[in-house]
Amino acid sequence: MRTAFIKQLVEAAKTNNKIFLLVGDLGYSVVELFAQQFPDRFLNVGIAEQNMTGIAVGLAMEGYNVFTYSIGNFPTLRCMEQIRYDMCYHNANVKVVAVGGGYAYGALGTSHHTTEELGMLRTIPNLNVLAPADPLEAQIITKMLCNNNEPSYLRLGKAGEPMVHSKDKTFSWGNIIEVFQGKGTAVLSTGSMLKYASDYIQKEKKEYGLYSVPFIKPLNLVDLATIASKYTSIITIEEHQRSGGFGSAILEGLHDLLEQEKIATLPKIKRLAIPDRFIGVAGTQDYLRKIAGLQL
Amino acid sequence: MLPSNSKVLAQKVKKCLLTLAHHHNASHVGGALSIADVLSVLYSRILKYDTSHPKWEERDRLLYSKGHACTALYAVLKEVGFYTDAALQTFTQNGSLFTSHVNHKVAGVELSTGSLGHALSVACGMALAGKRKKTDWHVYTIVSDGELNEGSNWEAILFAPHHELNNMTLIVDFNKIQSFGTIKEVLDLDPLKDKFNSFGWDTIEIDGHNHSEIYEALRKDTIHGSKPRVVIAHTVKGKGVDFMENQLAWHYKSPNKEQLESAIGQINQQK
Ligand SMILES: Cc1ncc(C[n+]2csc(CCOP(=O)(O)OP(=O)(O)O)c2C)c(N)n1
Repeated sequence: MRTAFIKQLVEAAKTNNKIFLLVGDLGYSVVELFAQQFPDRFLNVGIAEQNMTGIAVGLAMEGYNVFTYSIGNFPTLRCMEQIRYDMCYHNANVKVVAVGGGYAYGALGTSHHTTEELGMLRTIPNLNVLAPADPLEAQIITKMLCNNNEPSYLRLGKAGEPMVHSKDKTFSWGNIIEVFQGKGTAVLSTGSMLKYASDYIQKEKKEYGLYSVPFIKPLNLVDLATIASKYTSIITIEEHQRSGGFGSAILEGLHDLLEQEKIATLPKIKRLAIPDRFIGVAGTQDYLRKIAGLQL
Repeated sequence: MLPSNSKVLAQKVKKCLLTLAHHHNASHVGGALSIADVLSVLYSRILKYDTSHPKWEERDRLLYSKGHACTALYAVLKEVGFYTDAALQTFTQNGSLFTSHVNHKVAGVELSTGSLGHALSVACGMALAGKRKKTDWHVYTIVSDGELNEGSNWEAILFAPHHELNNMTLIVDFNKIQSFGTIKEVLDLDPLKDKFNSFGWDTIEIDGHNHSEIYEALRKDTIHGSKPRVVIAHTVKGKGVDFMENQLAWHYKSPNKEQLESAIGQINQQK
């Protein structure tokens, strides 16, 4: 995903001279592609993510579309107040990009497990919260972010994730993306859990429908209502804590739809997420997902 | 039992961390080698600790802020007997507490780190507690040079002298290279000594690979007056292995079999 992101950013920067990339002293063998072609619109600000976020806001106020890039919790949790107050309250055109979403950097330990940021960021007004599932979604969403002016957060995985969608799949801003239809139960997945969900459903020959939800905020309630009226039960899956994250967003959205009488009944909802604990051990991404209970 | 010879310990630590990096495909070997001598002097001649009681009240506290360079700390803790080699060899494996950023669930580790720029504030809190409770132990904190980019460190650097925390020592592993360039290119720290002095610290500059200089700088009995102490240790990233020294790439790479053999051979030659 990170490769898809940087490639698309380079593509866009060729014709859009507002695109600016800030990194927090990382991106070795990833961002050079950008840095070499657009040295005037690139800066390594150092290991100083809060400063980086403030600098991004300043650059944005002077007309740039600024992408900040670092690992997981560093450009996000570390900078919550800069994001809330400087960036979002001022509606600054800053795109916070984190690599290593969820347990992508499994062996690196709790500092690098990125499992709370969706919930924290989702509460901030004006901020889009986006978690693509595969390189295709990452590429299309990056393109969208290059062309809009809205404060946004982009959660990426690492390098080398497999494609889930076919190459010619398209979607528009905000769409809930259908992977395949099913009967009875719909699985809604965000971020890179999609590959696991898709493989599981096919291998176990379940009749579940499968949908990818990269747009956690704004959540598309029209699409959600359509799904809710087709299925009697919904399972959400995310590489994130159980409170406040993607499953919570779906729960809230469905309940709002019920209250607004846009759906007649609530489907049964099961949330697969990390059960409110730190997984303080090393392991591969698959291993950590398993012990956190992220299993259909 | 304390190892009496810091040089012997350092050699073991370097070989252990190189082997760990090789077997477990771990990064950050350059920054582990740059601090291995300081750690070896600390654990052989300076720190008070009891490997059978890691949480012994009277121990000196060592906070290791550059948690990415975990192999050096894990290696020295093993060599002095906090745990076995077999335990350490689970490093990075499924279910292991030996995560590749320092984990406080490992015996002898005070604080989980890996998000840079956290430990010095915690050290200030411990030192403040030590003052309030009138204890004898000392708080040592090791930070990397790149880490001093973080503003949080400078808040702590202001705090410690204001509160006269002369029961703490900060060690800067000044190896001149960070993740994505040299310190000079990314965010210059010089003149670092003057900065610390002007913030009210007792500032000592040493060759961070010379064991007698390290020992003299870190002794507790030479602290006079009310200032906290900072030791700026001039070091070499990748120290002791010719093809790793001063090479940014060895922030990321792990040695293959031939490289490991060559590296161990070089360390064995060093007395
Ligand atoms: C808050 C935070 N930002 C970024 C990183 C990613 N990172 C890991 S090591 C490192 C820098 C390494 O350079 P330095 O701090 O000088 O350490 P050393 O050379 O001693 O290894 C960075 C940026 C991090 N671990 N924490």
